[in-house]
Amino acid sequence: MSGNGKPKFAMYWADSCGGCEIAVLNIHEKILDVDANFEVVFWPVAMDAKYKDVEAMEDGSILLTLFNGAIHSEEHEHVARLLRRKSKILVAFGSCACEGCMPALINLSSKKDFFDTAFSTLTTDNPDNIRPQTSVQVPEGVITLPEMYSVVRTLDQVVPVEYYMPGCPPESHQIAAVIDLVIQVLQGKAQLPPAGAVIGAGNSTVCDDCPRTRDEKKIKYFTRIQMIDPDPKTCLLEQGILCSGLATRNGCDAKCPQAGSPCIGCYGPAEGVMDYGARLMTAVASVIDSNDPEEIEAILDGIPDPAGQLYRFNMAGSLLRASKAAFQSNGGSGE
Amino acid sequence: MTQRITIDPITRLEGHGKIEIFLDPDGNVANTYFQVPQLRGFEQFCVGRQVEEVPLLTNRICGVCPEAHHMAGAKAADAVYHVDPPSTAKKLRELLYSAFYVTDHTTHFYALAGPDFVMGPDAPVAERNILGVIHKVGLEIGGQVIQCRKNGHTVIEMIGGRKVHPCTSIPGGLTKGITEEQRQEIEKMGRWAIGFAQFSLKLFNDIVLGNKAYLDLILGDIYTHKTYYIGMVDENNKINFYDGKVSVVSPDGERIGKYGPGDYSEWIEEHVEPWTYLKFPYLKKVGWKGFVDGKDSGVYCATPLSRVNAADGMATPLAQEEYEKFFATLGGKPVHQRLATHWARLIELLYAAERWVELATDPEITSPKFHTIPTEKPTEGVGIVEAPRGTLTHHYWTDERGVTTKVNLIVGTTNNYAPISMSINKAASSLIKKGTVVSEGLLNMVEMAFRAYDPCLSCATHSLPGKMPLEVTIHDADGNPLEVLKQFVE
Repeated sequence: MSGNGKPKFAMYWADSCGGCEIAVLNIHEKILDVDANFEVVFWPVAMDAKYKDVEAMEDGSILLTLFNGAIHSEEHEHVARLLRRKSKILVAFGSCACEGCMPALINLSSKKDFFDTAFSTLTTDNPDNIRPQTSVQVPEGVITLPEMYSVVRTLDQVVPVEYYMPGCPPESHQIAAVIDLVIQVLQGKAQLPPAGAVIGAGNSTVCDDCPRTRDEKKIKYFTRIQMIDPDPKTCLLEQGILCSGLATRNGCDAKCPQAGSPCIGCYGPAEGVMDYGARLMTAVASVIDSNDPEEIEAILDGIPDPAGQLYRFNMAGSLLRASKAAFQSNGGSGE
Repeated sequence: MTQRITIDPITRLEGHGKIEIFLDPDGNVANTYFQVPQLRGFEQFCVGRQVEEVPLLTNRICGVCPEAHHMAGAKAADAVYHVDPPSTAKKLRELLYSAFYVTDHTTHFYALAGPDFVMGPDAPVAERNILGVIHKVGLEIGGQVIQCRKNGHTVIEMIGGRKVHPCTSIPGGLTKGITEEQRQEIEKMGRWAIGFAQFSLKLFNDIVLGNKAYLDLILGDIYTHKTYYIGMVDENNKINFYDGKVSVVSPDGERIGKYGPGDYSEWIEEHVEPWTYLKFPYLKKVGWKGFVDGKDSGVYCATPLSRVNAADGMATPLAQEEYEKFFATLGGKPVHQRLATHWARLIELLYAAERWVELATDPEITSPKFHTIPTEKPTEGVGIVEAPRGTLTHHYWTDERGVTTKVNLIVGTTNNYAPISMSINKAASSLIKKGTVVSEGLLNMVEMAFRAYDPCLSCATHSLPGKMPLEVTIHDADGNPLEVLKQFVE
């Protein structure tokens, strides 16, 4: 792609599922606006990627980089540092880059447990207890594999970022709005938000966008979504379903609760929340209808997996970040 | 002098996939290794979770086919609770799944595989892409592909709650149903999809089948492997993506059995190699004999081609006609030529569109009975669906609270890890001969070998399907690079 004087745009995935890329493709014809206003210099999903060209660019010469995926290996870390150097505006795009997302639940396990599980499942025939090695002698020579870290990190735990765009994945209308804003900035019609801001999302909570009715009702028990047929108009939390809306930033139009499914927190912590799980736990505590410690404990037994419920998307971004076992077995850098 | 060629698809820097080719002293291929240098650990961190969460967690294995993981997961969670969802719930899930299939197969054909055929494998790289296809067959095609994706995601959101990573399938059914108004819209889009699928088959017919050079390429030996095939079928042995039993046929085309979800571990086993993070599934009854085809090797394939080989036909009339034409043209069952997978995929596209309309016009589809509350103690369960890229198996074990204690996943593309490795080996062996100058053409021919499988590397190696950026390095006997050919420049 030849230089045409237009500002440069890049998008990259690290440890991700590809859903962020699909969400960008789902802006449909808006993609043409990106093409009209930017020179796309690096976007592995859409074009032949040229690391060498990126490395050859002057530092700071890419105006905007959307970086999705968490940092789970030395390769991810290398590209994060490279794109940081080359980009004026680096956006942590999507839940993985912002807060680790679900793959960061691996941070609760040691690397040994993580590998032992994968290579000893019911259907694995592995009599010699083989584990993949970073360097292997095969009859014809030596072949190598990169080492996996056992601690998944967020992008800003590796390099500084300008903005955060949450969501798993970010909703396409939010992506379209952010692209519109950047184009307006380029045309001198708008200002960029202050560095460090969360973009493409609201400043309130999912509950504020949810049409379900809340009556400040307290509850005596927690149940599970499959165990009841909840009333379609009433707050799910008040029906005993652990819904994460109270702790979660808005921006998704409360899609899951509207579909009868509790918010699972993919837009991350609401404005000003330092630890997502702690905030959600406080919210949960506030609806429990008891002051008796034993009764409270019995009510909380209705949430058999608090770690997974409270830190589903936010383990890497939480104050805890990872278990001691994971930190101790972390290959390469990490901390 | 022994040479060594490294094809590093997304390079070390991405950790997505890598091919090593070793040459013998004569300059012919001695061996090839297709490595998957990434392990994400879903089987580990899905343990300890409330089982209804696992279909949401496993969505994040792949943002390209989360619908498949969500459905396999939901079916496994139904089985864990020994609950049979109401038929409306099953039909709604299958309706969502049919719309997803239409979208997914369309994307693959037009954006990923189509360019090789429509533009030709030797076309300049700059033209061998979706834009080239649009220029050649007309601008309105691009619009229709976008329309198809839009429609598919509209249906996915109506039933699944979200466009990416659906959230409504729970043990016992769904958290929501659809209204009559939504049903009408879904039906309308389904009818449009049938026309679009027919158009796509006609395009394939005109451009590919009408061209002897392409037909020769399809029927040629480079892309042929005689393996076992598996695919899910209904009670009439017709292809079904959402439910049924998995049919297993031999390289001779003989059905050696059918297994239900609960019996998968009697049929499928996985082999471990120390040089890759991904395991190699094979048929347990036949056994792992290495990277070889034939009746004595347990290597099997699970793709659109496998499904048409493993089934007796299609459950819808228009797709059935195409199915018959497929085998008549290619010389009967089974078809071993991997490039025919693209044609099989289009037949499935038409079936998915027809099934979409069938389900959208089912009188039960708008019923409010979309969930059955489980009453039995949760224990263990298996769910199987056909993901676009292969049979997808989820197996969960839980304690009495419905918290997972163990999880086993055999993912779509993973089924095909051994056959993909073999196809790469064969393509490389056929194209790299003593004295041959390795060229860009080699890169694309090797790429075509695995593009036929539509490897959803989001699932297997977690990158997106499609154009695999390639890097070839030729090493001498001492491992020193002699020549580097790159499509994806580091």
